[in-house]
Amino acid sequence: MTVPLDPVVSLLPAVVDLPFREGYVRSTIYVSLYVSVIAVTLSTLFSLPVAMIMGFSDFRGKQFVKSVINTGMGFPSVVVGLVVLFAVSNQGPLGTLELIFTKEAMIMSQFVLATPPITAVSLAAITGVDENVRDAAHVLGGTRLDVALVVVKEARYGIATAVLAGFGRAISEVGSVLIVGGNIVSSSGISSTRTLTTAIQLEARQGQYDTAMVLGAVLVAIVLTVNAIVVRLGDDGVMQ
Amino acid sequence: MSIQRRQFIATLGGGALAATAGCTGSSGGQSESGGSAGVAGETLTLTTTTSTYDTGLLDEVHPDFEEMYGVTVDAVAQGTGAALESARNGDSDVVMVHARGLEDEFMRNGYGINRRDLMFNDFVIVGPESDPAGVQGMDSATEALTTIAEAEATFVSRGDNSGTHTKERNLWEAAGADPGGDWYQETGTGMGEALNVANQQGAYTLSDRGTFISQRSEIGLIILVQGPIEGGPETLANPYGIMAVNPGVHDNANYDLAIAYIGWITSPGAQDAISNYQMNGEQLFFPEAVSENPDFQQYVPEGWSSDTSG
Repeated sequence: MTVPLDPVVSLLPAVVDLPFREGYVRSTIYVSLYVSVIAVTLSTLFSLPVAMIMGFSDFRGKQFVKSVINTGMGFPSVVVGLVVLFAVSNQGPLGTLELIFTKEAMIMSQFVLATPPITAVSLAAITGVDENVRDAAHVLGGTRLDVALVVVKEARYGIATAVLAGFGRAISEVGSVLIVGGNIVSSSGISSTRTLTTAIQLEARQGQYDTAMVLGAVLVAIVLTVNAIVVRLGDDGVMQ
Repeated sequence: MSIQRRQFIATLGGGALAATAGCTGSSGGQSESGGSAGVAGETLTLTTTTSTYDTGLLDEVHPDFEEMYGVTVDAVAQGTGAALESARNGDSDVVMVHARGLEDEFMRNGYGINRRDLMFNDFVIVGPESDPAGVQGMDSATEALTTIAEAEATFVSRGDNSGTHTKERNLWEAAGADPGGDWYQETGTGMGEALNVANQQGAYTLSDRGTFISQRSEIGLIILVQGPIEGGPETLANPYGIMAVNPGVHDNANYDLAIAYIGWITSPGAQDAISNYQMNGEQLFFPEAVSENPDFQQYVPEGWSSDTSG
């Protein structure tokens, strides 16, 4: 598949000889979004129930789970990448799946990275809902599930913030996706495991600062856009 | 704890895999069996050095191979040490590196087989035009390094266990110097980044000629000590080798495709393509695989003889 030169770029003589084809940039954006969105979606599906269980019930070891989450919040992403690398490497427990240098391996490390902040912020939002709301829901004859749903509805802004925090951590992360993904672009210029962040790292390594800047601007634009969407969704026009 | 964590991650991985199954994406190197097409549709994972990748050479020559066999080459640029380590773990099928000592060790330990000489370029000592240590035009690399050390002029080292870094350490050793102190800075990055750092600091560094040429327009450093291509000392030669990962050690290694790749890249056509690859009007790599007198040494560790055990 041949990729036509980006017409805008051809107007810029400074960046003509860069691998600055439309397909390259687009596929890099695609890989970034694909990996981060799937990882954050899976992470949310995992984190919300955990946060709800922790918010609505007491059980032994709750403090321990909390401390695990808090540790995870500050866990260095490159170490997560390293652990996932050991897991998916041919020598690791998942070696037979041949996941090394694939998007799936990247999703795994992003999942591990996004889960602690999503869980912690959701938990804070759920526990922050006024006791009166819970009481009122109980009084109105709600089952535990009804109460939980009401609380989650009340906490939706906080939960949206949690998802955003996880997404922000996932999409702007370099170290772990570089280690497990391998930063691969096929020779047709279409990215297979190169994300915006690792592309920026590579362009900077090659001294192609103009391309790095453009990709950086794209990354910032994506983060700001997602931020705006999540705020609108969670806000519902009424900020708490 | 780590075991639990692993199992935990393993469980997650299964989930992620199930969730992503059926989505578009890479096929993770599994062949689409059932066709009579042999290797068509398969993926070859090549781990290589930053110098072959960052110069754009691989992007230039790979399409020919991919079209010929209907396969995909995934090139992962890591630096020689890391590239060999990935191969040692069975995470790649073929390695293209430039540190004969490390390559020999890799073969002696049984991880790599069928090594071939591929191409060469050379190393150059680059630095600022002002040349504070006064090494310009020296015809001995060790003498130049000794002079830089005595002047305590800033020197940037790759410090990443790459082929270039290995060469640099060997040169210091040969010079009988043990570099250290504030003037000796290890970046731990690829060649391109190290050149950028040296440029920012007005420092000296050892670079492969290819990466230096491909970046010369971006930086203000000049070549102060030439390598053998321009008549400099032979100690600055930089030969590249290519090896297949031993399928006897890693049965998942795609040996057939690796050998096809090695056969192709050492063939006259691909060697010509390497020879014709230019940047800023200069040839970066010189083919070495096609010769009238094939050297048996290229296939096995150097100094191989009947009394070496294992």
